[in-house]
Amino acid sequence: MKYHQAVHDVPVLFEACEKPQPGTMFDATVGGAIPKELVREDLRIPDLPERDVVKHFVNLSQMNFGVDNGLYPLGSCTMKYNPKLCDEVVSWPSIANIHPLQDPSTIQGALRLMYELERMLCEIGGVDAVTLQPAAGAHGEYTGVHIVRAYHESRGETRNEVILPDTAHGTNPASAAMVGYDVLEIPSKEGCVDIEALKAAISKDTAAFMLTNPNTLGLFEKDVREIAGVLHDAGALLYYDGANLNAIMGKTSPGKMDFDIVHFNLHKTFATPHGGGGPGAGPVGVNRRLEEFLPVPRIIKEGDRFALDYDRPKSIGKVRAHFGNFGVLARAYTYIKMQGGNGLTAASENAVLNSNYLRHHLSKDLELPYGQLRKHEFVLSGRPLKAKGLRTLDFAKRLLDYGFHAPTIYFPLIVEEAIMIEPTETESRDTLDTFVEVCRKILAEDPELLKSAPHNTAVRRLDEARAAREMIFSWRAYEKKAAKDQAGSV
Amino acid sequence: MGLSKCSLEMLQEMGLKSVEDLFTDIPKEVRTNGLRLPDGMSELELRRELGSMLAANRTADSHPSFLGAGIYNHFIPAAVRTIMGRSEFITSYTPYQPEISQGMLQALFEYQSYMAELTAMDVVNSSMYDASTALGEAALMSNRINGAKKFLVSRAVSPERRDVARLYAKGAGIELVEVGYDRPTGTVDLEDLRSKLSPEVSGFYFETPNFLGPIEPHWKDIREILGQKTMVVGTNPMALALLRPPGDMGADIVIGEAQVFGAPMSLGGPTVGVLGCKSEHVRKMPGRIIGMTADLDGRTAFCMTLQTREQHIRRSKATSNICSNEALLALGAAAYLAVVGRTGLQEIAAKNVGNMKALSARITKISGFRAPHFSAAHFNEFVVTSDEKASEVDRALLSKGIQGGHVLTKHFPELGNAALYATTEMHTKEDHDRLIEALEGIR
Ligand SMILES: Cc1ncc(COP(=O)(O)O)c(C=O)c1O
Repeated sequence: MKYHQAVHDVPVLFEACEKPQPGTMFDATVGGAIPKELVREDLRIPDLPERDVVKHFVNLSQMNFGVDNGLYPLGSCTMKYNPKLCDEVVSWPSIANIHPLQDPSTIQGALRLMYELERMLCEIGGVDAVTLQPAAGAHGEYTGVHIVRAYHESRGETRNEVILPDTAHGTNPASAAMVGYDVLEIPSKEGCVDIEALKAAISKDTAAFMLTNPNTLGLFEKDVREIAGVLHDAGALLYYDGANLNAIMGKTSPGKMDFDIVHFNLHKTFATPHGGGGPGAGPVGVNRRLEEFLPVPRIIKEGDRFALDYDRPKSIGKVRAHFGNFGVLARAYTYIKMQGGNGLTAASENAVLNSNYLRHHLSKDLELPYGQLRKHEFVLSGRPLKAKGLRTLDFAKRLLDYGFHAPTIYFPLIVEEAIMIEPTETESRDTLDTFVEVCRKILAEDPELLKSAPHNTAVRRLDEARAAREMIFSWRAYEKKAAKDQAGSV
Repeated sequence: MGLSKCSLEMLQEMGLKSVEDLFTDIPKEVRTNGLRLPDGMSELELRRELGSMLAANRTADSHPSFLGAGIYNHFIPAAVRTIMGRSEFITSYTPYQPEISQGMLQALFEYQSYMAELTAMDVVNSSMYDASTALGEAALMSNRINGAKKFLVSRAVSPERRDVARLYAKGAGIELVEVGYDRPTGTVDLEDLRSKLSPEVSGFYFETPNFLGPIEPHWKDIREILGQKTMVVGTNPMALALLRPPGDMGADIVIGEAQVFGAPMSLGGPTVGVLGCKSEHVRKMPGRIIGMTADLDGRTAFCMTLQTREQHIRRSKATSNICSNEALLALGAAAYLAVVGRTGLQEIAAKNVGNMKALSARITKISGFRAPHFSAAHFNEFVVTSDEKASEVDRALLSKGIQGGHVLTKHFPELGNAALYATTEMHTKEDHDRLIEALEGIR
């Protein structure tokens, strides 16, 4: 249970020592090819020795915590281990060095990969057709809500409202709003959708209801079929936020639950690494009656050849240039093939087992609002900490000191002082046991240790208000400010 | 699949007998029984199968390619791959806990710094999905800046970007209006721009170099014509090694595609969308922004900032829905720029211009071909027109193992038989020779 993150003094690259400069002046017009008035005067980018650059970034990497370093129980984000073959594959020239506008006859391997991935996602999601174009989960939602809009418009209806529960992730309302919908949030009842509140909210203006199941509390929405019925009776569609698919593979599917539109987070369920914030991929699946609205091009199979079909008059168009994040798609394809159907089912089983195991142990130490049995994640309340003058934030920061990434905190919004824990299937029992032990130890520690945590990370707590106030978003801005400060002090 | 001994013990500890006991909350009527997918494969089997499946792809290494149109084949130094391969970066997520994520945060700050320097903008966010979605978001941002509901877009932009922007605009109830390009030069048609202006117009998007290759010389006029309206400039950041940066032209918003810095083409994704703006617009901006600050001990440190713009706080009132972005590729871009440095970048950019000059001069000597079609200055891409149908030229080249330029007939019928050719530092003289020889064979 000892952890100490590396601490390096790594100056910003722009401060570093430059290489000797070339003796001659650079001709930016390239022998007059570009008119003088169109070339830039200077380019203030440092010239650094490769040796120093590599040292810089390797030292930075040591001040960064990833799944490969240890447990990353960031609820809702499914930070599972990423098999290394997937990363290697995407460096092959047959994936890396192909251009999206190549003649389809010269990218048959890539088209097959995408076609097969679509088919596999159809099976996992219980849907009829999938587009791989969206670049992330939120982008999948955005695509899905455009499909909602296109569907209603095709029926000559204008419905202007999307409903979602108050447990929804922030991207859900934001995506709906970006497609032009008014957003109506309904309060939950005992952590799940309140059907009566939903019925009361539904009107002829309702275009869709967005839900994830299990929901963000980790609870399975048992009434999902009834919810679907209520919406479909009102002519509205049901949207599935696939962020929580890791709980249910092989056990149920969004299609089986009567969802009409589904997005998948390949960077969550299908183990493509999160890359410090991205890239991800957010494919969208739909049932038969919505297929005609999917973005173009569609990849079609003609005999044993693959072709691109742009002739879809009802398509919503394009949500991203070209085919989406192909490198991420190739990783997910590799992962699914590696696991197979049984492996994916086992992944969900173990994800749920690990989550409930932690929930079982930790619910005695902190509060567990709403029911017992959870799926792949659960949400504790840090309310008991208040008695010691502490907050969830303090507990989370102290976890860092023991080499655990913190859980997601303060989400979902309906749990006071929320601590959202998702261990994923790839963590061993030993790791989980150590985590429980550390959580208990922290709860017994001197509150001051928590308040001043973290202590064992590269830096201590940050002055975040200052970042927002000073607005230094680049080295340029830093230099400007430094010059101003100096002028002011003279 | 059987459970491991550990798993069984864990179940027992919870007083459960089987894994199924953990799924009793899923009602029977929605239960499925496993997945109809083949069994898993070993790493070795899978590697073989993938290898043979992907062998059907022709790569830019094995077959010279002259495609660009927004995605370019540039050299990636080995050190960049090494840096991007650090699993501490790859397997982390959005730096929600800054104390344990300084590495990624500083690297993203450095990415922002490089991009701010290249574009001469006050702030560049830590990435959008790609240039097409960055354009869509820029159209919405322009509307947020002044409330007007029309957005002008130059015709000389990629059809992919325009289509994506159209969808984003539709969602926000914004109308996109096209502004033509000047036929001989390929640059913005200033008269057309003037005629399209009205109080309902929020801003105008044009590119330099634009999709068809020309570098825009009339930025002063454009700025003047636009007055208080938003000027949104799209650019190839690699070209900014040479060109006057959009910030100097008075741009309010800049977008671009930083795939050129260290990311492989990878069938067009993942790439990294650049979006920058003047500081007065920063609160209207989408996406994550990294700021410099200090920790309790006064140590310089970095964190995500101005988050009240974002979906997790502002929900339906957020400036955008974006959450996951393209952080790893942004880090790659910073690593690339650090490795090549100013001198390297200038040399590479100059080499692109040199190759463009050399190749277009050789193509235009072939009877039946003309290049570059437009009279403006170019960076690394240009339109070739031909007597022969462009699709026929393309087919003939393909049969000789060459991927020719992007055929423009469908989206730019006004250009006649036209294709867009790109050449970068990756092309050797032999690659050019092969293309020229093949084109000569067509005449
Ligand atoms: C429940 C939920 N929905 C949607 C999203 C958005 O996904 P992405 O970050 O891929 O855009 C997330 C991701 O954090 C999530 O947890």
